[in-house]
Amino acid sequence: MSHIYDSSIRKPLVIGDKSYHDVTVDVAAPVEGLANKHWWIVFSIALTAFLWGIGCIVYTVSTGIGTWGLNKTVGWAWDITNFVWWVGIGHAGTLISAVLLLFRQRWRMAINRSAEAMTIFSVVQAGLFPIIHMGRPWLAYWVLPIPNQFGSLWVNFNSPLLWDVFAISTYLSVSLVFWWTGLLPDFAMLRDRAITPFNKRIYSILSFGWSGRVKDWQRFEEVSLVLAGLATPLVLSVHTIVSMDFATSVIPGWHTTIFPPYFVAGAVFSGFAMVNTLLIIMRKVSNLEAYITLQHIELMNLIIMITGSIVGVAYITELFIAWYSGVEYEQYAFLNRATGPYWWAYWSMMTCNVFSPQFMWFKKLRTSIMFSFIISIVVNIGMWFERFVIIVTSLHRDYLPSSWTMFSPTFVDIGIFIGTIGFFFVLFLLYSRTFPVIAQAEVKTILKATGDNYIREREAHKDSHHE
Amino acid sequence: MYTFSSKLKTFSFILMAVGILGIGYGFLNAPKDIHEVENILSASSHGGHGEATHEEAKSHEEAHTTTKHEAKGEVSEANEHEEHLNHVLHQLQNKPWSALYVACIFFMLLTMGTLVFYAINVVAVAGWSPVLNRVMQGITAYLPIGSAIFFVILVMCGLHFNHIFSWLNEGVTDPASPNYDALIAGKAGYLNFGFWIARAFIFIAGWNLYRHLSRKNCLAQDEADDNANYKKNFKLSAGFLVFFIVSESIMSWDWIMSVDPHWFSTLFGWYVFASFFVSGITTIAMVTVYLKSKGYLEYVNTSHIHDLAKFMFGISIFWTYLWFSQFMLIWYADIPEEITYFVTRINDYNLPFFGAVVMNFVFPLLILVNTDFKRITWVIVMAGIVILAGHYIDFFNMIMPGTVGDQWFIGIPEISSVLFFLGLFIFTVFTALTKAPLLAKRNPYIEESKHFHY
Repeated sequence: MSHIYDSSIRKPLVIGDKSYHDVTVDVAAPVEGLANKHWWIVFSIALTAFLWGIGCIVYTVSTGIGTWGLNKTVGWAWDITNFVWWVGIGHAGTLISAVLLLFRQRWRMAINRSAEAMTIFSVVQAGLFPIIHMGRPWLAYWVLPIPNQFGSLWVNFNSPLLWDVFAISTYLSVSLVFWWTGLLPDFAMLRDRAITPFNKRIYSILSFGWSGRVKDWQRFEEVSLVLAGLATPLVLSVHTIVSMDFATSVIPGWHTTIFPPYFVAGAVFSGFAMVNTLLIIMRKVSNLEAYITLQHIELMNLIIMITGSIVGVAYITELFIAWYSGVEYEQYAFLNRATGPYWWAYWSMMTCNVFSPQFMWFKKLRTSIMFSFIISIVVNIGMWFERFVIIVTSLHRDYLPSSWTMFSPTFVDIGIFIGTIGFFFVLFLLYSRTFPVIAQAEVKTILKATGDNYIREREAHKDSHHE
Repeated sequence: MYTFSSKLKTFSFILMAVGILGIGYGFLNAPKDIHEVENILSASSHGGHGEATHEEAKSHEEAHTTTKHEAKGEVSEANEHEEHLNHVLHQLQNKPWSALYVACIFFMLLTMGTLVFYAINVVAVAGWSPVLNRVMQGITAYLPIGSAIFFVILVMCGLHFNHIFSWLNEGVTDPASPNYDALIAGKAGYLNFGFWIARAFIFIAGWNLYRHLSRKNCLAQDEADDNANYKKNFKLSAGFLVFFIVSESIMSWDWIMSVDPHWFSTLFGWYVFASFFVSGITTIAMVTVYLKSKGYLEYVNTSHIHDLAKFMFGISIFWTYLWFSQFMLIWYADIPEEITYFVTRINDYNLPFFGAVVMNFVFPLLILVNTDFKRITWVIVMAGIVILAGHYIDFFNMIMPGTVGDQWFIGIPEISSVLFFLGLFIFTVFTALTKAPLLAKRNPYIEESKHFHY
């Protein structure tokens, strides 16, 4: 990258007159300053929700899964819906950091740190649900194929649920390593600026003794590329395997071959929506509008539009092939989805996921911050409904009409879900005050090529040459 | 400006001539009636291998006609034998047609892969690729003639020149007919000649329209003072991609999946896409490397080649991902409606079926994972040839089992069809390359592309 040449019609990625030092100061400001009232209000709400969730979890574990709304027909509902929803949200981080790195998309540098943080925090939420659903969470390690003295206790390698254990734990580990690698030079920056010995101590531990020597940077770049190469198949594999939890079965509406890529597209879709939700607020609250620009939001909106459309094509394909197949069970499953007792869930899903992203075709709308924020929330609601529709509508009318029933969540179902939202925001809010939320070292590498002031300087220089 | 060397031109003519002769031979050599079929079968059953194939053919054919058997009840032994011979006759008569069909659709879709890659690069405002624009447009110059031939073949299928699409047969939707097939009858609202050919016409016309307009705008941009043509192309490409994502899935059901009219898979459309997308990118790399070796494309450097090779590698992995997803889910669920598809392929097409995975996954994975190899010309060419051959086999595996069953072999009709379309492809593409400068000099990102260094 010795020589970056940028076309003059490319828009700047850093706006305003930012020098290297300005970048440092801007990124360090939220960490070094004190939290304001708004932060404390939001944090208290999130913490309350989290505590409420913990209460519901304790109630579930001590009383039993019977506290949930599950019944003999619908044996999976909110728990797995929430699980898939959170895992899906966790997709944008690695897509932004790994796939966009491979595609040399420099705009990722302003958003990758927070996207990866969001990934890790949401995978943590996702992981909670299977563990709670086990009923005896202290035996959760039984899902690992470890030598044991319990007789024939051994995991079932034929089960996609076990593949999920491996997929998600690998994803979490690689994402964590990737995130932390990127954080090292930025933690070191905070360490070097720290005034109190306590802060200095903490950030020097976190930065693993980063020295900023050439050798450090060389290894940093190498490991980033290797991790990006490793993480790219992981982005695909995680939701592929989540989709196989359903698609390997012979439940009409679940067993369909398009599930793997369609789940991945849906996951990227919801992940970007969540990134937009978080960053639209964060850029304002933490004064980072010069780095997370309108162009960044626009590009994320475009990805939301594209992945939403891909998901839309998959919905229509499923619907059409159900008819085309001539299999009456498939035909009924889809007819029931769209027109049965859960029609409202199906059409909420369609409206939120397929129709609403189409507004992004209009430049006016996709460059409107308020509109982007609303759509990002709408998409997240839609993607929750998607999982609910797939799971509950396929189960609630099974092969035996005498067991046909409906599902209604109890306060415990709802409480645990709200609790995970609270937990997620607790983590994210703490992160936003203690971590460098922008990969400032990376942004500095593109400042000369894409900084607004440098572009203007270059243009002026070029003009004077012509005269 | 590029000049089409007379050597390459002669070579393309020879390919076409040899191809036509071989295709003609294939048609003339196909059996005319069941007596010839009887002779062929008895001749081949002398070898131990033939016996087994014959038995399999029988069971395969039985599976095909179970619905009929149920309707008719008892069927005499003699009748069944004659039915079997008739079935094999249709398969053998289909063989030269299918060979032509596979080669024709493969080259046409490979061109579409290139066109889509171009459109994606335009829409993604890619800075590295504009120096390759004219190469990509040269390749897509094959689309008009390639798709026209393909359309003619589709019409001929509809006029019953062959039995590639068994749902087009007489009486399959008529309950009174001995050919009645309840499953196909259920799909008649979609699988009927009129609607099917109308869809084909709309898709082919739409794709050609985009190819024509995008080329026109790109050429006009060369002499323009502003970026108006570029902007037009940007919008056009976005529109095309929307049209394409919808038409591509439907096209794959219409032209490939319906060859096995009882079978269905929701992933099929995207699986087909991955196959021709990687073929298209591989073709771009190979044509680029060829032109570069002749001293053209001065601004294309090893970084561009490296990027193309990365796409060859990446999309090969993506193809494998979809191959595995489709195969694994159907294998795991093991329900009769779906599993027959892979049972036929594993029993009767074992070598090409698994061979395609080796050629399209194992080989590119091992050879192209190395960074340095991605910049070496002969590695690109070698990997490219294997990938293209592998994806031809992939299309072969998708189409042949439904049209010729176990009567397949890669012989004169198959090879000749490939040679003919390859000759036509070379001739059309390299003629088109002579028509305009090889550098899209006024593209707003051309400087970025010229200075591209990774």
